[in-house]
Amino acid sequence: MQPFIKADEITKTYGQTLALDRVSFEVNQNEIFGFIGPDGAGKSTLFQIMTTLLIPDSGSGSINELDIAKNYKEIRSIIGYMPGRFSLYQDLTVAENLKFYANIFGTTIKANYELIKNIYDLLEPFSKRKAGDLSGGMKQKLALCCALIHQPKALFLDEPTTGVDPVSRTEFWDNLTQIKHLGIPIVVSTPYMDEAIRCDRVALIHKGRILKMDTPQKIIAEFSATVLSLSNIDKHQAREAIKNLEGIESIFAFGDSLHITVSKDNSSIIDNLRSTLSSIIPDYKLSEITPDFEDCFLQLMKEEQNV
Amino acid sequence: MSETIITVKDLTRKFGDFTAVDAISFDVKKGEIFGFLGANGAGKTTAMRILCGLLSPTSGQAEVCGFDVYHQSEQIKLNIGYMSQKFSLFDDLTVWENISFYAGIYKMSKQEIKIAGESLLEQLELTKYRNRLIKSLPLGWKQKLSFSIAIIHKPKVVFLDEPTGGVDPITRRAFWDMIYKASSEGITIFVTTHYLDEAEYCDRISMMVKGRIAGLGTPAELKTRFKAKNMYDVFLKLARGTDNA
Repeated sequence: MQPFIKADEITKTYGQTLALDRVSFEVNQNEIFGFIGPDGAGKSTLFQIMTTLLIPDSGSGSINELDIAKNYKEIRSIIGYMPGRFSLYQDLTVAENLKFYANIFGTTIKANYELIKNIYDLLEPFSKRKAGDLSGGMKQKLALCCALIHQPKALFLDEPTTGVDPVSRTEFWDNLTQIKHLGIPIVVSTPYMDEAIRCDRVALIHKGRILKMDTPQKIIAEFSATVLSLSNIDKHQAREAIKNLEGIESIFAFGDSLHITVSKDNSSIIDNLRSTLSSIIPDYKLSEITPDFEDCFLQLMKEEQNV
Repeated sequence: MSETIITVKDLTRKFGDFTAVDAISFDVKKGEIFGFLGANGAGKTTAMRILCGLLSPTSGQAEVCGFDVYHQSEQIKLNIGYMSQKFSLFDDLTVWENISFYAGIYKMSKQEIKIAGESLLEQLELTKYRNRLIKSLPLGWKQKLSFSIAIIHKPKVVFLDEPTGGVDPITRRAFWDMIYKASSEGITIFVTTHYLDEAEYCDRISMMVKGRIAGLGTPAELKTRFKAKNMYDVFLKLARGTDNA
């Protein structure tokens, strides 16, 4: 099967800054494809290029076999795009915004209600409220409805959950999974590492380059080091005690514990770690854990910096 | 007992029929890192704006650095620092112009600005970039600079509104190192965040739900009280009312 969305060697510079460096990826019909990376990584530039709002310096792309340069008009009518910045009309109500977007695309809310029903039901009580007065989570739900109202064939969502509280984020991703099952492929970007796991495939992007692209499960499985979780400690004291021990690749705070990365062949390193810890923090807890996505991203970024 | 920097009692703010902040009470101690959490729309921003002297409450009491929010909002503004991800530095001004502009707002003298500004540049290793425009700096640098400027006048308390939104995981952790340092120097930190791992880095947390404070305590206390294995569970139970404990 031909991939539904395709990008080939896309490069874009702004003056001296290389925003995108030969970025290639493909997205299939039944996929949520995530771009995971920090602010400034090039995610928004890539989204603007794929949605025909910006022209790349070089490289090409297509959506449903329509070329992003030649067929930009057709593409605009078949995609839904949610830009990173909230861009609905703040002075229009929830219902007015939705109606406006339906009109632009020459359709009606009624004709497409089934597609947005699950999400819109939550917004219904606020239908007369101005969009600008909605809370962050509600604004994002409304923006998603507006991006869906013309039954797009593909969705592009640029950081749809930035600034959204953690529980609303979970609910938003539940919505995305439902939409995917209707056969609409979704390209989504996020700075939240915990959202990576909800994508079918992800590309880790940093400084305009894709560092890695695969299923999140595979990226975690391929993690080349052992991660230990150290808890029941004073984090500062523990870090000071162990930071110069041999064989420790990195120490990062994760909530109430520290994640310590050591190489695979490590029994002597861990023995040494335990004996150092027990002399100063007798009650410490240390265990090997399955790395989570953030561990992987931190490791990749560190490798980048060392190159 | 240590000094109290923020005292809030039965603080309420209504907008028409809607009660955005509903009789909340809490104290924040000097040097404490106080995490102010809650769902979108729970009333965090409204409460924070009152404490920064930008909005009057409808009823209740609040004092910040010993000043009353009803009558002494100007004194409050001079004694606090404020930083948010959305509103930070002026892109078209240089590093040094931003420093001297903000320090000037806080009524520091030319001499004070020179001393404090130079030391700030040195600590951030930005001395040779002093004449660079802000817009040419990477986000991580801007964020650190923005925080340092928010505390250049040595405020008693600094309010940080989602300071790490959208930042990469390494920069986020480096930013928290700066927060710890400021806190160890006696500056009280009042911070909102949507990253629940960062909630664990706070000394105490308040969790707002529908205008009220539904939970208040150290991260460990909250996890025990709500029988939660992590802060996400605490948040879920409180924010979505799956537990009435």
